[in-house]
Amino acid sequence: MEVTLSKEEILRYSRHLIIPEVGMEGQLKLKQASVLLIGTGGLGAPLALYLTAAGVGRIGLVDFDVVDFTNLQRQVIHFTSDVGRKKLDSAAAKMREINPFVQIDLHETALTSENALDILKNYDIIVDGTDNFPTRYLVNDACVLLNKPNVYGSIFRFEGQATVFAYEGGPCYRCLYPEPPPPGLVPSCAEGGVLGILPGTIGLIQATETVKLILKIGQPLVGRLILYDALAMKFRELKLRRNPECPVCGDHPTVTKLIDYHQFCGVPQQQEAPKPVEGDIDPIEVKARIDHRDNFQLIDVREPHEYQIARIPTAKLIPLGELSKRLSELDPSVEIVAHCKSGVRSAKAVALLKQSGFQARNMKGGILAWSDKVDASVPKY
Amino acid sequence: MAKVLIPTPLRQFAGKQDTVELTGMTVGEVLSGLTSQFGELRKHLYNDEGKLRSYVNVYLNDEDIRYLDKESSAVKENDTISIVPSIAGGASWK
Repeated sequence: MEVTLSKEEILRYSRHLIIPEVGMEGQLKLKQASVLLIGTGGLGAPLALYLTAAGVGRIGLVDFDVVDFTNLQRQVIHFTSDVGRKKLDSAAAKMREINPFVQIDLHETALTSENALDILKNYDIIVDGTDNFPTRYLVNDACVLLNKPNVYGSIFRFEGQATVFAYEGGPCYRCLYPEPPPPGLVPSCAEGGVLGILPGTIGLIQATETVKLILKIGQPLVGRLILYDALAMKFRELKLRRNPECPVCGDHPTVTKLIDYHQFCGVPQQQEAPKPVEGDIDPIEVKARIDHRDNFQLIDVREPHEYQIARIPTAKLIPLGELSKRLSELDPSVEIVAHCKSGVRSAKAVALLKQSGFQARNMKGGILAWSDKVDASVPKY
Repeated sequence: MAKVLIPTPLRQFAGKQDTVELTGMTVGEVLSGLTSQFGELRKHLYNDEGKLRSYVNVYLNDEDIRYLDKESSAVKENDTISIVPSIAGGASWK
């Protein structure tokens, strides 16, 4: 059946239709296009809003998360009243309101090696707005195997990266980074933070490239990696090449089907709470010892800017990175209890202290558990 | 002098600087100057065998050194060396 625009659609898209490079032909290409957005978070939010407004005919969303308060600082498709709602439902409601002519397909699932090919195969273009390495390698490999372009963006604090992978023989993500960093080495947004506006900028670079690929106009961001530094307000461009030895898109690929990406990235399948370690101390017991004026020292190994958000009054701040140089500030004759935000960094601090001959214990669950169990007036972040 | 651009995640190991000016005839020499100045950077850039880690890319101006002479790539006055690590963004995995 021939695709046409209704009178309402012609009015809606008039500012596209009067650009010669888009025109009726381009708008019909948009209407016939299908784009899959993986993730409806920081990157997915501006992508979904603008691609819907632009009139991409069918947009798929993959997410299984629920909106929470910490999302609202950057995931602008979700509103305060959506907290607790499924991200898919929240996003789809806004998209329908923006443009009822767009078909929205919802995939309420985590993308896995088992379902990825089935989901991705029904779309022309895949946009990676995920937040973790296993899914990024999964999306990349699936796109290479299905021969579909992968519009890539990623963010950290004030910096972002964007490019288009696996497009007409161009490089893929594995050509750029053959392997992921080991878990814990690169801080995530939850640990490292992200300027709320940054995913807007990077997400819209991805949206721009998506529209260009559909319209087949301009120079696609293929074989080039854009680096954006918000603080310097600079864009830089680096050359990307397809690696002939790439295990997925190279001349003699060794990865010919999807693998176990959690294993590949060294990440445990489930987000496990840190295992209780012999000698860990509960916040309630720490509070009791403070109240009894027991002879021990509580140290806080977080960063100074975290200390400004929330603190335990008697704790001495020694950031983990400075601990090895500041051991002389501690009294080796008393027991040391270390805490951080959730207990991961303080476990490292305890290991370091024990190596240096101190008696040390880790406060279970960090200041978050302190807020839950001891003093609810301490804010969580 | 060559300029080395330090990406945000690694600045904490480089005295919080975003740029470090160093001399060296090759990329390897410049990076070795950088890691002798900032010891903590070494383990983030190199593995135990002293090879550049595969998730840290190094560019001489806009070209990946893997496609030049790797760490032997010759550095000229005013060249820019960029360290570009993999970033994922988003969720926590600690």
